[in-house]
Amino acid sequence: MATRHVAQAGRPLMNIVRMKGVPILQQLEIEECLLRTSSDNWCIINDGADKPNIVMGISGKPAELVEIKPVLEDNIPVIRRFTGGGTVIVDHGTIFVSFICNKDDVADVQPYPRPIMSWSSLLYSQVFEGIADFRLRENDYVFGLRKFGGNAQSITKNRWIHHTSFLWDYETRNMSYLKLPKRAPEYRLARDHLDFVCPMKDYISRSDFISRTIVAAGRLFSVESTEFEAVKSSSNVNFTPTSRLLTNQELEAASMIAT
Amino acid sequence: MAMASSRLWASKAASYLRISTFNRPFATLVKDLKYADSHEWAKIEGNSATIGITDHAQDHLGDVVYVELPEVGTEVTQGNGFGAVESVKATSDINSPVSGKVVQVNEELNSSPGLVNGSPYENGWIIKVEMSNADEVKSLMDSEQYSKFCEEEDDH
Repeated sequence: MATRHVAQAGRPLMNIVRMKGVPILQQLEIEECLLRTSSDNWCIINDGADKPNIVMGISGKPAELVEIKPVLEDNIPVIRRFTGGGTVIVDHGTIFVSFICNKDDVADVQPYPRPIMSWSSLLYSQVFEGIADFRLRENDYVFGLRKFGGNAQSITKNRWIHHTSFLWDYETRNMSYLKLPKRAPEYRLARDHLDFVCPMKDYISRSDFISRTIVAAGRLFSVESTEFEAVKSSSNVNFTPTSRLLTNQELEAASMIAT
Repeated sequence: MAMASSRLWASKAASYLRISTFNRPFATLVKDLKYADSHEWAKIEGNSATIGITDHAQDHLGDVVYVELPEVGTEVTQGNGFGAVESVKATSDINSPVSGKVVQVNEELNSSPGLVNGSPYENGWIIKVEMSNADEVKSLMDSEQYSKFCEEEDDH
């Protein structure tokens, strides 16, 4: 069966799906479905979400991570995703890149969080080569000491996903919806969001970043473009995704706990 | 001594390359347990199986910050996922070594997920299952087989 995924050059096949403005919840649902029900390798690139959304990791507690009152007043959706990791507010300025792989097609990487994280940082070090001081710092992508990319993963028995939200740009006022998390990396040094993050747009254009990412993926895989519509229609309708929008009632209840 | 210095060099090189080298050379094993190739252990007592993840697994996963537990009464099947652990920004599936019904879950893990790291074979147990097919235990590895399995995986 594995030979089905191997292209003539000896590299495993990877389907590249490029999209723009797809709602982040829909993207997460498709990604979990591809992780759980497909046996192909995928690179999903969404060049900006349609509107602001807060996305927490699987164990995220809104009372600890989100300024609930303004979030409710401004109707900002809060999503709990299926992968681990921290909280981010995403919008049209965020570029999402996700790699969904069979563990046997990336055979030199043990299917555990840190080896996958290292693998991804080596891929992106090629993307940013000659552009900026790119590093993986405590599981974040940074230029110097400023974060511009947040990572999250999910690992199943035979497959894994590594996805990243790249802050190509962000609305300064949107950062005020997020609290300083209890579980923050050491290098953050209690800096507030605006002192901690930096926009990628100061270093690279959107299109250049996306094309360089596809080139870097092409060094490891034999890449083929796939239309988003084809992925959507082939997604397994019987699959129940676990990423979900939190209800206003849940947020209000969390707010009561927080006060 | 030579081994220590070569390990130091490897660590420095990995640090320069920013590659993780966290794993201890030898993980702890418990002789009387049974092991799955997805790194869960099962302690079999009659028709009951207590299940957790191995020392090798917790060491490779890193600090566990959250454990997603199933509900009591959930049916689990051999080789399929019943929950997840979160560590280093990742959720990792936990698969059941045997089939049956969940009769108890370790609620302590809700407030102390780090028990999975600190005490993987005792206080960090995850679920207890009433087995529906005790023959499945025969397909699991004993400690010696599992030790070799881990060595091969790390050498890979």
